[in-house]
Amino acid sequence: MAGRVWLRNSWYILRNITHDYTTNRSYKVLHQVQKKPLLRCIMTTTALQHGDYEWQDPKSEDEVVNITYIDRSGKKIPVRGKIGDNVLYLAHRYEIELEGACEASLACSTCHVYVDEDYCDTLPEPLEEEEDMLDLAVFLKNNSRLGCQIILTKEHDGMTLTLPQATRNFYVDGHIPKPH
Amino acid sequence: MMLSCGVSRLIVRHLRTGVASTAQVPQVCIVGSGPAGFYTAQQILKSHAAAQVDMYEKLPVPFGLVRYGVAPDHPEVKNCINTFTQTAAKDRFTFLGNVDIGSDITFSQLREAYHAVVLAYGAAQDRALNIPGESLPNVLSAREFVGWYNGLPENADLKVDLNVESVGIIGQGNVAVDVARILLTPVDILKKTDIPENILERLNGSRVRHMTLVGRRGPEHVAFTIKELREMVNLEGSRPDLRREDYKHLRNLIPNLPRPRKRLLELLAKTGLDAPDPKLASSWAAAEKQLEGEGLNQRAVQTDETESLQCGLILRSIGYKGVEIDSSLPFDQRTGTISNNGGRVTGQNGKVLCTGPVGVILSTMTSGFTTGKVVVADMETGSVDISRPRSGQTLIKSALAEKGVQPVSFDQWNRLNQYEVETGAKLGKPREKVSNIKHMMDIIHQ
Repeated sequence: MAGRVWLRNSWYILRNITHDYTTNRSYKVLHQVQKKPLLRCIMTTTALQHGDYEWQDPKSEDEVVNITYIDRSGKKIPVRGKIGDNVLYLAHRYEIELEGACEASLACSTCHVYVDEDYCDTLPEPLEEEEDMLDLAVFLKNNSRLGCQIILTKEHDGMTLTLPQATRNFYVDGHIPKPH
Repeated sequence: MMLSCGVSRLIVRHLRTGVASTAQVPQVCIVGSGPAGFYTAQQILKSHAAAQVDMYEKLPVPFGLVRYGVAPDHPEVKNCINTFTQTAAKDRFTFLGNVDIGSDITFSQLREAYHAVVLAYGAAQDRALNIPGESLPNVLSAREFVGWYNGLPENADLKVDLNVESVGIIGQGNVAVDVARILLTPVDILKKTDIPENILERLNGSRVRHMTLVGRRGPEHVAFTIKELREMVNLEGSRPDLRREDYKHLRNLIPNLPRPRKRLLELLAKTGLDAPDPKLASSWAAAEKQLEGEGLNQRAVQTDETESLQCGLILRSIGYKGVEIDSSLPFDQRTGTISNNGGRVTGQNGKVLCTGPVGVILSTMTSGFTTGKVVVADMETGSVDISRPRSGQTLIKSALAEKGVQPVSFDQWNRLNQYEVETGAKLGKPREKVSNIKHMMDIIHQ
């Protein structure tokens, strides 16, 4: 299925120092975050992968996109994001437990979220690569998406994103082991 | 074999200091510095405000399978190293490389020094087929082959002869597919990855044209995942060569399957049944034996049919098993695992085990986080007794000094890391790995 990608109005600057607000010592990440070139279309997430943009506050009310995360314990965390924010990195800013092991490269499913059903249609169709990674996510539902692929627009104001409860064991091929 | 744990609540509390002291700092040690170890460390540091986490690694370099198992052409998966580097930067974390638990330090020394010990050293052996001919030259374990092309020091001298046209791989998991892909990918593409230069030379001289992945059961039981299958189908210069009759039944089976299986098998059916693109020189095939049983609960049963496949090189990729690092641990020789109950090693207090290399980064991460939570929960409930102070790395370091073993710190790893990245940059690669331990130590101690 063809992915539709929204091109943003502003350009985002790439930096290669990983931001961590709780670091005591600091280790510079020496190499660029690795990404395989996707042949099909341009990914806006290329520019947003380091999360610096999400640390900037909205410059005006026009930019604000209010969303709510529901963390794995069921707690609701309202967040004041802005247009262009990447849902994964915004979660990191607010210390929400959304891991992004591959740093938005569509190589894992650790940023799996459930999108508020009322807002599912406001998101572009997932790329085949996202669908492939979602296949490996735990407790997959119809409204499952990868957080790193969601870029906020005004249309998402009021949206809720729920983190799945990942406490069950699983095998990537769907096998459920019998006790032995 | 997967870790199963009933405790899943996130505990964020401060350490109860009953008797006022210069901190009853709980001392936790983790054996193994791969993703399992690092995700466990990350969780413990997050959930406990005072615990000190020390991580021991046999090699001078950290990161385990992320460095030595993930294929060179999958660099995005290795991005998790950035998260691990951040964990390593925390004040309450210490990395000690070049320490072999089992020989440099015994298990009882660890138990003496630490309140809790987490075993995350993976499964360093692979399962054998136990069939005649298995020890012939050029019949190798895929695990060692992967170690070889990823620059793992212990596999540097692996005797591999790539002057053959046909390769057979027993097993149909992601490791088997990785090996097939690395052997068939044009070297021009591989030379931009972190695959070591000497391996590129060997691959340049490779005559391999046909890879066959052999499995016991039908295509509906393949263990590889869709991303890897897609890469093989789209592999430049190669085309799949599947036997149509093996895939005919798939189209009936598919509609009733859960989503992940459905998409994978749809792609497999399409590949097996639609007309192949008459393309180029190399091909790969997935062949299975006939089997009995119903639905997806089929077991492979020996039939009288046999088939011969001529191969110059055979790779065995049928799973892993662990190594017994200390005789005091209840090791099950048959499964190659340490007997455990919900992750807690049976008969021992304060010890937990992670599983071997199964699944993808998500599974290891989940396992690591769960283990971390179990450790903290046990410290909170008193199952792990933290009332008596323990000396942690102070004790271990002096024991190491007596033996003349110099542990490698994370700062020292960074020096080597920088060297690898700079050397790689000159070659247009993300890094040029140092595959020799002595060379590593020389660079570290410069």
